[in-house]
Amino acid sequence: MREGGGWLSRLGVAWLWAVLAFLYAPIVVMALMSFNASPFYQLPFAFSTRWYADLWANAEIRAAALRSLVIAATTTAIATALGCAAALALFRYAFRGKALLQALLFPPIAIPWLITGTAMLIFFFGVGLGRGAPAVLIGHVALALPYVVIVVNARLASFDPTLEEAARSLGASPWMVARRVTLPWMAPGVVAGALFAFAVSFDQFVVSYFLARPGDATLPVLIYTSIRKGFTPEINAVSTIVIGVSMAALLAAARFSNFGGRR
Amino acid sequence: MAEVSVRDVSKRFGATAALDGVSMDFADGGFCALLGPSGSGKTTLLRVIAGFVAPDAGAILIGGRSVARTPVEKRDIGFMFQNYALFPNMSVAENVGFGLRARKVGAAAERRRVAEALALVRLDGLGDRRPHALSGGQKQRVALARAFVTNPQVLLLDEPLSALDKALRVEMQSELKRIQREIGITTIFVTHDQEEALTLADRVGILREGRLIETGAPREVYNAPSTVFAARFLGDANIFEGRAEGAVLRLPDGTAVRIPPGSDGAAAFAVRPENMRVSLAPPDAPGVDSVRGDLVQRVFAGAMTTCVVTVCGRPMKIVAPDREVADLPEAGPVWVSWDRARMMAIPHP
Repeated sequence: MREGGGWLSRLGVAWLWAVLAFLYAPIVVMALMSFNASPFYQLPFAFSTRWYADLWANAEIRAAALRSLVIAATTTAIATALGCAAALALFRYAFRGKALLQALLFPPIAIPWLITGTAMLIFFFGVGLGRGAPAVLIGHVALALPYVVIVVNARLASFDPTLEEAARSLGASPWMVARRVTLPWMAPGVVAGALFAFAVSFDQFVVSYFLARPGDATLPVLIYTSIRKGFTPEINAVSTIVIGVSMAALLAAARFSNFGGRR
Repeated sequence: MAEVSVRDVSKRFGATAALDGVSMDFADGGFCALLGPSGSGKTTLLRVIAGFVAPDAGAILIGGRSVARTPVEKRDIGFMFQNYALFPNMSVAENVGFGLRARKVGAAAERRRVAEALALVRLDGLGDRRPHALSGGQKQRVALARAFVTNPQVLLLDEPLSALDKALRVEMQSELKRIQREIGITTIFVTHDQEEALTLADRVGILREGRLIETGAPREVYNAPSTVFAARFLGDANIFEGRAEGAVLRLPDGTAVRIPPGSDGAAAFAVRPENMRVSLAPPDAPGVDSVRGDLVQRVFAGAMTTCVVTVCGRPMKIVAPDREVADLPEAGPVWVSWDRARMMAIPHP
């Protein structure tokens, strides 16, 4: 950025703050209210961690949170492993239909989750899997996979394949080449892809709502159903936690993949 | 260290023959240059020897043993890439020590040998640097040290100096020669720079369109090329082509040029630019022949001046010390002369 600057650049900065305020004001209000003692959003603000304590005491929410974490972690592990393998194959081999396969990776990101969720529900009933935890997991992996492939692929695009040849010429086994040369290069992409996968799964509402049975709701699904039953400030607290976790994951991903601008 | 033999190797990429029945032996401890224009197959030959490319036919022998079933990592080679291919996530010492680690020599031996190799390429004390913090010449030295530190059977260098600017390249040529002599590893290097090949190698092989058309010591190939292509590619050459009739070569336009005896029928002779002279009158000395020509260009380049003279409709190049040609007009009729003993008969025109 230019040093100093006139009224125009000050206007620009003010505009940026306005945009950020527009984006974050509801979230900030919600986060503040999660620490307000009054259940009816009454002011003046009285700080309290009461709703977080209630949250901790609520076995249903704890079970849903744990379920969400387990699903997100499992999704991350599976999607990252499959996605890295796919990105490596796309990078390394020339085969028939490669361009088509690569092009087909992007549309699932643009298809509305509502449509994807409906399609998955119909499909899973068609193949006899129905609703339930396995269906949720498969759905999440399918949603997260393109993100991993795209991020890892982008990282690999700048990899110099002669590095692998150099390592082999020096006597390195295929395993040593992977461990010491290829994987260290891929690592930032892999971490970023994993964090994206985690965020996609942990935030996932629509597909989870369609595929989960009433007994095994994830945290976002539980939040939705709780709101329908009647609002309690506990929801503010749990939402604040969900936003915190997701934002941390995405900020870390942006840092690793350099999406948020260079450091 | 070992001798390397290439036996009748062919390799096709789609419709083009990158290598077409190439056979060549590389002596133990020798320094051989593979020379050729781009697309001549020289890099492919190097990559076939390394094992990066599998030949369609033929065999590679390292130390008398066929390596057809030996993958790259088990061939015990050192390969230096044109872009150096230094590992960006490792320090200089880790780069150089990579091959030693793959061979599990132990930490103490690795440290000692890395230090020795860095000393040999005059990079002592830079072991902790990262590759991105090195200059081009330093990167080149690291890549070289990494390739020879394992004491491989054969060192393969793919255009090792082409990424350097001219001054640094000349300096690195003598460094490379010194290092190769000190470690005595069989070395094969690929270049398109004929001067580099002549300077460094004790043997050159010239490739053209996938075929090895000439091998020999640099001086031998330079002074007695067996094809017109080799004569032109290695240094410059002025070619006389026509029909030999006893002691005379009849050029297409009827001009007669005296030639050393022994040729008959269609024949070609070559004279190096530095063995020709340009003058206003034909010199009168025994054993010196001359033809009429038309001076079209004179280019001063410091120590030497290059004259382009059209002889029998074809341009010929003459390189002479500037004082010898300073009196000539910028253009006009001249005589081109040469010592008959310097005329090289081309056996396979």
